[in-house]
Amino acid sequence: MEVVKEQKSKNLWQHAWGTLLSDKFAVTSMAIVTIYFLVAIFSSLGFIAADWTKEIGPSYAPPSADYIFGLDIFGRSVLAKTLKGTEVAMSVGLVTGIISMIIGVTLGGIAGYFGGKIDEVIVWFYTTFNSIPYIMLLVAITFILGKGILAVYLALGLTSWVNLCRLIRGEVIRHKDREYVQAAAAIGGGDFRKLFLHILPNVMHIVIINFSLQFQTAIKSEVILSYLGLGVQGQPSWGTMINDAKLELARGNWWQLAAATLAMFIVVLAFNTLGDALRDALDPKLKGK
Amino acid sequence: MNIYTYIMRRLLYVIPVLLGVCAIVFVLFNLVSPDPTLIMLGKHASVKQMAELRAELGLDRPMLEQYFDIVKSAFTFDFGRSWTTKQEISEMIKAGAIPSLTVTLPAFVFSTILSIAISLLVAFYRGKAIDKVVVFACVALMSISSLAYILFGQYVFAFKLGLFEISGYDAGFPYFIPYVLLPILIIVIISVGPDVRFYRTVVLDEVYQDYVRTARAKGLGEKKILFKHVLKNALIPIITFVVIRIPFLILGALLIESFFSIPGLGGITLNAINSSDFPVIRAMTVLSAVAYIIFTVITDVLYTLVDPRVRLS
Repeated sequence: MEVVKEQKSKNLWQHAWGTLLSDKFAVTSMAIVTIYFLVAIFSSLGFIAADWTKEIGPSYAPPSADYIFGLDIFGRSVLAKTLKGTEVAMSVGLVTGIISMIIGVTLGGIAGYFGGKIDEVIVWFYTTFNSIPYIMLLVAITFILGKGILAVYLALGLTSWVNLCRLIRGEVIRHKDREYVQAAAAIGGGDFRKLFLHILPNVMHIVIINFSLQFQTAIKSEVILSYLGLGVQGQPSWGTMINDAKLELARGNWWQLAAATLAMFIVVLAFNTLGDALRDALDPKLKGK
Repeated sequence: MNIYTYIMRRLLYVIPVLLGVCAIVFVLFNLVSPDPTLIMLGKHASVKQMAELRAELGLDRPMLEQYFDIVKSAFTFDFGRSWTTKQEISEMIKAGAIPSLTVTLPAFVFSTILSIAISLLVAFYRGKAIDKVVVFACVALMSISSLAYILFGQYVFAFKLGLFEISGYDAGFPYFIPYVLLPILIIVIISVGPDVRFYRTVVLDEVYQDYVRTARAKGLGEKKILFKHVLKNALIPIITFVVIRIPFLILGALLIESFFSIPGLGGITLNAINSSDFPVIRAMTVLSAVAYIIFTVITDVLYTLVDPRVRLS
């Protein structure tokens, strides 16, 4: 008799990882995102761009071999400011993503799982919340919290969970009566165990895809908040750089705007591409579209 | 469920949502926001001055009364007066609506038509090189900050090349046209990326349906399938997407209007934000929320009329 060796089949995550690695756009995007994270970490530790405040040449020196991205009004290196700005951008993306993930998954999970009155209340709450224009909520929250990076985190995090909440709710409703959840109930699993240990891991792909897209939206929104004068203070961010450029452009000084736009473009493009690749890899229904 | 009961229920649902919106606005601007009298009078104001101003602005009235004022304003559109300009807010809104619409409406129409045309084209060539190039171009367009589009657009096309007016506005047709051309162009460029991506997915969702296979099996040409069968079915999500965006046209384009000095609602809102003019911010929030709620109901009702499957679920 032949002994059939048991072959371990790949699970969804291994499969998805394989798909991602075979997609060269996805790999490039992941590399770019990693580099940006490293720059952000190194700049916050003071290894990179720590001397961004230093005057290194004449005011508004254009880009040249000495100053790659030129200098700003105080003769500071635009390159150093752009690198330092990575810190704000990446932290805003990360913290905002985490806040909206926590609220969205918790509320969406509870609404979908328990249904009934609880569901009605949560659906009412996000419908209401969603009816108010995003920009007005942002403004109101920064008014209350005062200016600064903490206000930016909270304002963006608190206004961006509705979409995820809605998706998770729908997905949990579809999952809650499946056999594996019944099996979990049969062995004595309580509601919260079933929801958080059994159902949520199965809808996690939505969270990941959403996180990637959320990240780039937050980076873009930080720029708008900075333009409205409600953004980060006392530290360079791409938003404040673009805001400064408003007055500089009339004098023909385009490099600060170009540097900030370019830095932002690359990372946002990477997150967009990564989001699409993640969707292809994790959601087989959409494959090939 | 009967269609009329469904529509009735949908209409009644407006009430709790509207009360909720007013509650959020109340909490944000009347309850937890910093004392507006402090902002208006500065740090050195005396307690007496502050109390007088509070009474003048009606901030010393009972909380419940202040909440119901907001609810009432959602129906009567009587938002009181601006704190900075002392103008009647409803008059300011009336004056700002037209300039806003002269920018946002044409931009919306052009970008919608253009995006649907492009998405049908790429759906026709799905999987081919042109499809991939367009999809990538859309993602690239979406990845640039809207502020960069505005700044570069104004600098290059208006300031350097002199093709358009740099900023300003003249009321009345056709005097406003030279001033709105560049803003419209910029809005179209900003919206074409996300729009094409959305419409393309909508069209492709239909392309893989069974009825398309049937149409193909009975020998219909690809063009006929796409324009006759697919487009007709794709219209449902397209209409939803289009209608839901109308309220944002009324609110105006916040950044565009301020950069091009167009005296629309977006500019009014931005000024109010900069001067902490709470009644105006509150009015704009309530106004746009009401518009949003009305148009969501319209979409939902349209949806049930066109697609009977929705009612069943």
